[in-house]
Amino acid sequence: MKPQGNGHTTDLTDALKGTVMTTKFDQLLGWARKYSLFQYPFVTACCGMEFMSTACSHYDLDRFGAAFPRFSPRQADVLWVVGTISHKIAPVLQTVYEQMAEPKWVVSFGACASCGGPYDNYATVQGIDTLIPVDIYIAGCPPRPEAVLDGLLKLQEKIQNAKQEW
Amino acid sequence: MLDKFPEHIAIEKQLPDAVHDWHTDFGDRTLIIDKNAVAKVCKILRDEHGFNMLVDLTCVDYHPRRPRFEVVYHLLNLDKKARLRLKAIPDDKVPVLPTITDLWPIADWLEREVWDLFGIKFEGHPNLKRILLYEEFKGHPLRKDYPKTKRQPLVGPQN
Ligand code: SF4
Repeated sequence: MKPQGNGHTTDLTDALKGTVMTTKFDQLLGWARKYSLFQYPFVTACCGMEFMSTACSHYDLDRFGAAFPRFSPRQADVLWVVGTISHKIAPVLQTVYEQMAEPKWVVSFGACASCGGPYDNYATVQGIDTLIPVDIYIAGCPPRPEAVLDGLLKLQEKIQNAKQEW
Repeated sequence: MLDKFPEHIAIEKQLPDAVHDWHTDFGDRTLIIDKNAVAKVCKILRDEHGFNMLVDLTCVDYHPRRPRFEVVYHLLNLDKKARLRLKAIPDDKVPVLPTITDLWPIADWLEREVWDLFGIKFEGHPNLKRILLYEEFKGHPLRKDYPKTKRQPLVGPQN
């Protein structure tokens, strides 16, 4: 578990014979944040089944440090929007997002959350990015668990490489 | 010509003008009944013919055909495993039918759904308000003349 991107300090680390690791504070923070993602699953439709199968032991989201669902937005880091968002529930989604503490990220899970999916009608929001900012879109109707894991890894990459607010 | 169903004959004895027509589709028997007789016919079928379950209550809009609406009732006799379908045709301008909530409590939600999406009123319903859509919604979106692209979002962009 070696913090990344610290090429210029390897000499020092070598000199201390592996007893000490050096890194940049930003990178350390990013590394800590990406491996302790508390998630808020906002599950509204069929994609939820695939989210559950990814989260459970077979695919095991816990391997990536993203095991813990928090059903209070105030304790959550990642908002997973999983499924169809209707106009009726849109204000609730917005409130949940606003209640989350910074830093926070949003994953749009599946075709419905990303663009309305098969539903272009009076009831369905045409993509949650019309309401809240989205960090990662996962394609599929529903996405395969591999696609979900890929999305999570991409989110972790994004968190690691971002400028850390603290 | 298809023979009248036994239920049909029994209803006609009590309410001579209640049944307008009858037919079968794919083995399912259907009675077209008078819009004012819905509650009475349902009561006879439930109490005297064992149709103890209301499986579904829905509506079809055949716009631009006139009359445009058909409200459809699916009844099931659980003991004999017999099914019967009723259809009632309300007026086009102000579609109203009598409620059957006092016969089957489930009709409460089903009638609210038909009101919500098709705008058919049910006279005598204890709480006829929208069930799926939000109160701010204007119109009845499953009517065929509701514009296909019309959106009424509560938050976010208007279209
Ligand atoms: S994207 Fe497909 S599977 Fe997912 S909620 Fe929409 S319809 Fe269901």
